[in-house]
Amino acid sequence: MNRVYLDFNATTPVEPAVLDAMLPFFSAEFANAASIHTPGQRARAAVETAREQVAALIGARPQEIIFTSGGTESDNHAIFGVVGQAFLPVSSSGDANSPHLVTTAIEHEAVLNACQALEKQGARVTYLPTNREGLIDLEELRRAIRPETVLITIMHANNELGAVQPLEEIGRIAKEADVYFHADAVQSAGKIPIDVNTLQVDLLSISGHKLYAPKGIGALYVRGGTRLRQLLYGGHHQRGFRPGTENVAGIVGLGKAAEIARKSFGEDAQRISALRDKLQQGLLQRVPHSRVNAGAAPRTPNTTNLVFPGVEGEALLIALDLKGLACSTGAACSSGAVEPSHVLTAIGLPPEEARASLRFSLGRHTTSADIDFALNVVPAAVAQLRELSPTYGKMAEAR
Amino acid sequence: MTTTTQFDTLPERAETQRGLVAVAMSGGVDSSAVAALLQQQGRAVVGLTMQLWNQRRLPELQGDGPAQHRCCSLDDVYDAKAVAQHLNFPHYVVNFEEQFEERVVRPFVDQYLAGRTPVACTNCNTDVKFEPLLRMARQIGAERLATGHYARIRRNDVTSRWELLRARDETKDQSYFLWGLSQEQLSRSDFPLGELTKEEVRALARRANLPVAEKPESMELCFVPTGNYVQFIQAYSRERGISLQNSEGEIVNENGDVVGRHDGVHNFTIGQRKGLGFAAGKPLYVLSIDPEKNRVVVGEDDVLRKTVCEVEGVNWISRDQPSGIIRAFAKIRHKHEPAPAIIEPLAAATARVTFDAPQRAITPGQAAVFYDGDIVLGGAWIC
Repeated sequence: MNRVYLDFNATTPVEPAVLDAMLPFFSAEFANAASIHTPGQRARAAVETAREQVAALIGARPQEIIFTSGGTESDNHAIFGVVGQAFLPVSSSGDANSPHLVTTAIEHEAVLNACQALEKQGARVTYLPTNREGLIDLEELRRAIRPETVLITIMHANNELGAVQPLEEIGRIAKEADVYFHADAVQSAGKIPIDVNTLQVDLLSISGHKLYAPKGIGALYVRGGTRLRQLLYGGHHQRGFRPGTENVAGIVGLGKAAEIARKSFGEDAQRISALRDKLQQGLLQRVPHSRVNAGAAPRTPNTTNLVFPGVEGEALLIALDLKGLACSTGAACSSGAVEPSHVLTAIGLPPEEARASLRFSLGRHTTSADIDFALNVVPAAVAQLRELSPTYGKMAEAR
Repeated sequence: MTTTTQFDTLPERAETQRGLVAVAMSGGVDSSAVAALLQQQGRAVVGLTMQLWNQRRLPELQGDGPAQHRCCSLDDVYDAKAVAQHLNFPHYVVNFEEQFEERVVRPFVDQYLAGRTPVACTNCNTDVKFEPLLRMARQIGAERLATGHYARIRRNDVTSRWELLRARDETKDQSYFLWGLSQEQLSRSDFPLGELTKEEVRALARRANLPVAEKPESMELCFVPTGNYVQFIQAYSRERGISLQNSEGEIVNENGDVVGRHDGVHNFTIGQRKGLGFAAGKPLYVLSIDPEKNRVVVGEDDVLRKTVCEVEGVNWISRDQPSGIIRAFAKIRHKHEPAPAIIEPLAAATARVTFDAPQRAITPGQAAVFYDGDIVLGGAWIC
């Protein structure tokens, strides 16, 4: 069966050049990067080269990069690290002194659930709402900051919508208020330019497998001087910040992928956004009543999220998969069933429209033929679903 | 080819249906065997497992040990996935939690609180499995939905109706739970196990090396895996903000004399004996439940037997609605031997059922299902 993959926001394939760079470090160059001997030093050199490559992608200094197991660990490390540090002098004291965080209602679960865990421990959290385009109101952010605010954590690009928050302005506000600022850049790194100094972020999360490196590797940027409590205790790896024998092959892969992204993303972005626009326009034309979610926001070049009123996104996703097209809806729960998207609900979609939405995310390897395939199968599948929908007939009539 | 002979007469309809078939997979041996069987017949199969109830939702019901064979549990979902991977067909978990709560769980609890004894599986079949799930199966391109039910469907060429029949294996027959299905639903459903015995199904599962071949059967309601309905009803009601703490009332005899006290009508079902004590050396049984007066009426066994009951929500399946009275065998609970009766259709989908001989514990909320031999003529809810 012809299979077309339009779910690059879920994960990307490992780039062949990335795999080539990694392969020696599984067997031939297997040494522990913490070892003193020559093989160990070679592994160390590879790790440090990768650190430079990752730093270069985001305008950081190499010593500000910590390698982690991925985006979730990076987010957790940033959030628990900052708040844990703030808790230290007055651990679980009175309410008034409880540390306060500001985040948004559309963050990834790695941030949302970390914040909720902190709330259970006594921290206070403000979840900023967004407008229909998935963007926060900067004035609201300003008003949310209190004397006891210790961290602002706001994602760069949203995984479901592609909407890009104005990080530069947020960074300025955080700086003025003298509050640490963490950005989850898992969905933006490699897709749009990031400069940690322009954005004035103190902490920034990156995930390898979203930018053509393997799963299980990520990075956290920590601005020099940031007071961060460590999460894991162990050896002296990565200056004690993140103990655990370094995943040399993974780190090398992330470095190589960062280098490729840095060199190619301008070109990639242009080509991919043209294909994305073709897909979006084509679907809007061919599927009656369809609309783009957050279409007016600045977006990552590869993402579009459409609502097809009158269909169950879950059924549409399965129908498309059976025809060979992979895309995504909402978030999967532990059983694998689809749950209503908190992001789409937060931007104001009624539940039935949130359930009728589908995300298409393109990648470096997406071709024009892939888009043609999607433009062929999606309208047909939507029509088939609507024919059997108990609600669509009435809805179309009402219009 | 040694294994297929005995099924040669079975797939009369499947022979003519070569398109995609969706299998409702619970993760148990029956529905897994259905998938294997259909695949052996050369059908393209897609597995659908319904996520129906969050087993962690009512924390007070959580035991200490690991959950044992719970339907809707993650283990069952993984089992269904493992079967699909083993047989190499696509499988999806689909979320029907909202519909299940609205159409099955809430009515189940409401009925108990109203002093009735509901049949949740019938609601689930009529309003979830063969409604939104069947629709989804068709939306994703399947022509029909196959399930692991022990029952049979056949087309009557004379009447042009789809008929529902008892399973060949009477000990496993589930036709009692399927009387609510419409012609449309029946025409798009497959019950491939209807001709098989449970042992044959297990043997089939073993021959296909299904990872669930030796999995024990679950006999309980899937959302009450402990089997303790009272505890579930209390926990669910508490979540909805309804306290059942002050639901105490009187236990009375047929003359209205108070003979004891009860702690909520939801604790009782008609015919129940446990916990009621004795009168003059004879055991007492629940005769009726009056939720208005919050009373449980008890009496001796012979009073529990009745000849007539009224039913509502009648659905005629294998035949048109009769214009007058008909004779049939009526079954008034899952484990009841169908008894000869006269069915008299009344206005607005109601009917009167008059048994030839008195029947024990005719229970409001249960279904009366009408049989003509193996054929399910129809069914209704006992008022």
